Amino acid sequence: MKKLLTLGLVLIMVVTLFAGCGKEEEASAEIVKIGMLAPTSGDLAVYGQAVFNAGTMAVEEINAAGGINGATVELIHYDNEGDPTKSMTLFSKLVDEDGIVALVGPVISGTSLVVGPLAEEAGIPMLSPTATNPDVTPGLDYVFRACYIDPYQGRVVAKFASENLSAKTAVIFKNVSNDYSIGLADAFESAFAGDMLAIEGYTGEDNDFNAIIAKIADMKPDVIFLPDYFNVVGLIAKQLNEAGVEATLLGGDGWDGIQGDYVEEVEGAFFANHYATTDESEIVQNFITSYEEQFGEVPNALGALAYDATKVMAEAIKEAGSTDGAAIKDALAKTDIDAVCGHITFDDNGDTVKAISIITITNGELELEDKVSE
Amino acid sequence: MTQFINQIINSLNIGSIYALIALGYTMVYGIVRLINFAHGEILMIGAFIGYFLAVTFNMSLIPLLLLSMIGCAIIGMIIDRVAYKPLRKAPRISALITALGMSMLLSNFFRWRFGASDKIMPEINLIGNIPMPNITIITVVITFMCMIGLQYVITRTKTGQAMRAVSEDKGAAQLMGINVDKTISITFAIGSALGAVAGVLYAINYGNLEPYMGTMPGLKAFVAAVLGGIGIIPGAMVGGFAIGIIETFVKGYISSAWANVFVFGILIIVLIVKPTGLFGKNIKEKV
Repeated sequence: MKKLLTLGLVLIMVVTLFAGCGKEEEASAEIVKIGMLAPTSGDLAVYGQAVFNAGTMAVEEINAAGGINGATVELIHYDNEGDPTKSMTLFSKLVDEDGIVALVGPVISGTSLVVGPLAEEAGIPMLSPTATNPDVTPGLDYVFRACYIDPYQGRVVAKFASENLSAKTAVIFKNVSNDYSIGLADAFESAFAGDMLAIEGYTGEDNDFNAIIAKIADMKPDVIFLPDYFNVVGLIAKQLNEAGVEATLLGGDGWDGIQGDYVEEVEGAFFANHYATTDESEIVQNFITSYEEQFGEVPNALGALAYDATKVMAEAIKEAGSTDGAAIKDALAKTDIDAVCGHITFDDNGDTVKAISIITITNGELELEDKVSE
Repeated sequence: MTQFINQIINSLNIGSIYALIALGYTMVYGIVRLINFAHGEILMIGAFIGYFLAVTFNMSLIPLLLLSMIGCAIIGMIIDRVAYKPLRKAPRISALITALGMSMLLSNFFRWRFGASDKIMPEINLIGNIPMPNITIITVVITFMCMIGLQYVITRTKTGQAMRAVSEDKGAAQLMGINVDKTISITFAIGSALGAVAGVLYAINYGNLEPYMGTMPGLKAFVAAVLGGIGIIPGAMVGGFAIGIIETFVKGYISSAWANVFVFGILIIVLIVKPTGLFGKNIKEKV
């Protein structure tokens, strides 16, 4: 009886083994599956939706141009809601059930930090279009990103505040439960040349900022740095205006999206971003035109980065000439192409360093103020 | 000094909202000995009703508030009917677990139906064409009006008398010819209507609403109710303002990151030092 059972089990194992093989070969012959994790619902839906739209658009363009070495590209996307735990589960699903060969995503730093090590372990090349936290890439060979990192961004905004705005005093509000916010705040603090009057922390659940606003109102700072995502920034800006605080507001790329609901609250503010829609260059304008045609709105910077990232990933798979993770990773490291958000090459960590566009909000419109680099 | 005055104003603002929610907790506890954890979600539903009325019908605050109160009162009664009434004779822990389940069901239902993205509350008039004055003043005034109204209902009306009787002794009240089920339903309705007021005011104050918006204020109002003495109505009012003051001053003078630590620290301290709360009296359990 026992022997029979063992035999049965072995048989089942052998059958499943072959079943797996057959499926894989079939898949790689016709379609190349690229995974994507983006928060298309929830607080960050504005980001996730732009990333998903731009990624889809890039894939359509690639397929229209003949695909990757004859194979059609399929983008498999799951909504991770910006949640680290969900991202881990969904990444496993992408790898185990869907059999992706590479990942474009996740979008925000918090989720990229947890998915990175999993991608390394699974040998799946991961290219986050938009995760700006410095800790996302170091030590992980398979993890790359298409954007610049937080400390660089924070330093450039601080430099802009001191040199272009002649700011002497500053206050920072930082979200102590968010890695992105902390990273930017620390970099700004270390690089700001004037007096740092106060650094106020709040948590992700806070809706009521009146208490910390009352605290800093008397200090009359020249600038207030708000390194958080646009929906929180909008709430803080609204409450700052209601309290009559007149400081110039500054922010990072998390502000992209503020043009939707909160544009009146941040009139006259400045923030760092990856690209400007008013940029004249052909590649930028082509991208904006076709995105507008398809989705009826001007793409935000996250869309632009996702478009770049998807193209870069497809190019790397083409160069590698196979769907083997290690080969794609090596090809990715040698990337050298012009993209919407500037020229892309990767350093040893898998990071890019590019010039930063400083955007200002004038009469409810986003305008390119300056291009700054260190 | 200006900061101090501003912080007092901020405390009154958020404290009013906590007090309104705490009243709902306390009334329901007083009458059926149930901590209705779904009460935070009533706040969220009230805010959503307000939002849809403002967006669709461009309604001003006063009619919007009244409709939202009526809507939440009905939903509150339905929740009681569906989820709690069948468990009236079951052990208290069963009803408590049901309340937690109800809370999750409601917030996730709204998340599924309307998405998790923030909705932006539009600017609305006070009534007719009269624009909204300072929202803090409106919040505090409406809160006090609700409290006075509630106090009147409870002390001066037949319904209020019935509610007090049921909360003292359900069995005896029934023998005296009071319709206990109806009284409980009314309690849920009034508590939920107050929750709706809190929700609408919260959404207008902070400008945005989402399906999980009720969780944190709900928990803090629960602490407020315990602080004042759960089941005691003046206790909930005082507790609400006390929590508002503590939270705001910790944010203003210590750090935002510590605010929740202090608020929930109070819950622990109250439970250890004086479990009956500030206004509570020790009543010997009848054996």
